[in-house]
Amino acid sequence: MREIKTSVITEAVARLCQEVNFELGEDVVTALKKAEQVEESSLGKEVLKQLLENARIAKKESLPLCQDCGMAVVFLEIGQDVHIVGGNLYKAVEEGVRRGYTDGYLRKSMVNQPFSARVNTKDNTPPVIHTEILPGDRLKITLLAKGGGAENMSRLVMLKPGEGRQGVIDFVAMAVEEAGGKACPPLIIGVGIGGTVDTVMLLAKKALLRKVGDPNPEPEIAELEKEIFNRVNNLGIGPLGFGGRVTALAVHAKVLPSHIASLPVAVNLQCHSARHKEILI
Amino acid sequence: MAEEKIVISSPLTSEVIEKLKAGIQVLISGTIYSARDAAHRWLIQALDKGEKLPFDIKGQTIYYMGPSPARHGQIIGSAGPTTSSRMDMSTPRLIEAGLKGMIGKGERSSAVKDALKKHKAVYFVTIGGAGALLSKSIKKSEPVAYEELGAEAILKLTVENFPAIVCNDIYGEDFFEQARTQYCRGG
Repeated sequence: MREIKTSVITEAVARLCQEVNFELGEDVVTALKKAEQVEESSLGKEVLKQLLENARIAKKESLPLCQDCGMAVVFLEIGQDVHIVGGNLYKAVEEGVRRGYTDGYLRKSMVNQPFSARVNTKDNTPPVIHTEILPGDRLKITLLAKGGGAENMSRLVMLKPGEGRQGVIDFVAMAVEEAGGKACPPLIIGVGIGGTVDTVMLLAKKALLRKVGDPNPEPEIAELEKEIFNRVNNLGIGPLGFGGRVTALAVHAKVLPSHIASLPVAVNLQCHSARHKEILI
Repeated sequence: MAEEKIVISSPLTSEVIEKLKAGIQVLISGTIYSARDAAHRWLIQALDKGEKLPFDIKGQTIYYMGPSPARHGQIIGSAGPTTSSRMDMSTPRLIEAGLKGMIGKGERSSAVKDALKKHKAVYFVTIGGAGALLSKSIKKSEPVAYEELGAEAILKLTVENFPAIVCNDIYGEDFFEQARTQYCRGG
């Protein structure tokens, strides 16, 4: 049994909140540079260049990449031989978010009662926390700062099993087309297939955490990702919807078994400001 | 942005508005007001009650933006556009009240496009997710109303060469449709 103090967790979460908002991941930067090379539209190329410049300024000045510093989505992968000591684990994560967003001058975007009063909680809490118990004695914390614009354009459908592979492709393309410029393309498109109505969207969200452009290790799924990628990049939406070839930087799909009656499909869109990072304790 | 840009000032005059055709790139200098979801709800409530708006909206430009907090010595934090379509339900009312310009990101509803045409107003788009870069075009920021909304308060902003593209003009043209048609391939 390995002990991990909640204070260490709070500190790690606080640090992650700031790091993801100031420094775009190397994989995203590389994907944007590649996109700038392949983009046919001169305006689209220029926009991609400005997004890279934006990332440079953000890093240099510790100025958030985007004013929407996101909702803090925290994934905890807890080794079953870990013993958390020093208090409530979830409160420790929440405190980390509070500190990170306050000390980092990050925008607080959470409201308490979403359908009426909508009063800002003023410290960006509560975070969304997903926990998983795995073998081992380590704790992996992944923080995803998820902006509202792309999240709003995410979609879920329960397809008929007979609609199959083509049904999946058509649905994802439709979601991306409807999102247009609203979700801040070029996008990373998280696709969940299978499971249940609740697990399929989490699957799509987890797919966003993969290194940009790494294919699914399963060849059949990788092939599907490629086909969706080509389809959406022919829509003409382009960077920020200003027209062009690069509507998606990547399509990441994840698959789960499902019921004989069901084919759940979830599309979780990630804007070009893909901000996530992990820490292993 | 690569092609030729025209320099305009805000508040917009009717002569300028007539020249602004969908797809034209502009650099905006002058005064604009930030307002997003909550501020729009409050502005509409004020109109419903027949109250005076907290700033004279006639001829003005609204930027759909809620900044991140400024550090000591900074004018403003990160300050890029938010998705405009969430304001679609309020926008025709504000255009009727005299609003002439809007800056945001993403497509608008047909009701908004009709109102722009009817009342001769313009919708601009700027670069979503480039809040650090765009903050450099903001030279002054003063709270005007609804400060209790925090990031959603209405700010009076002085901008210099703020980059944008005319998206929906008074002639009913749509930059997003034009752009998509040009680059769409197959089906």
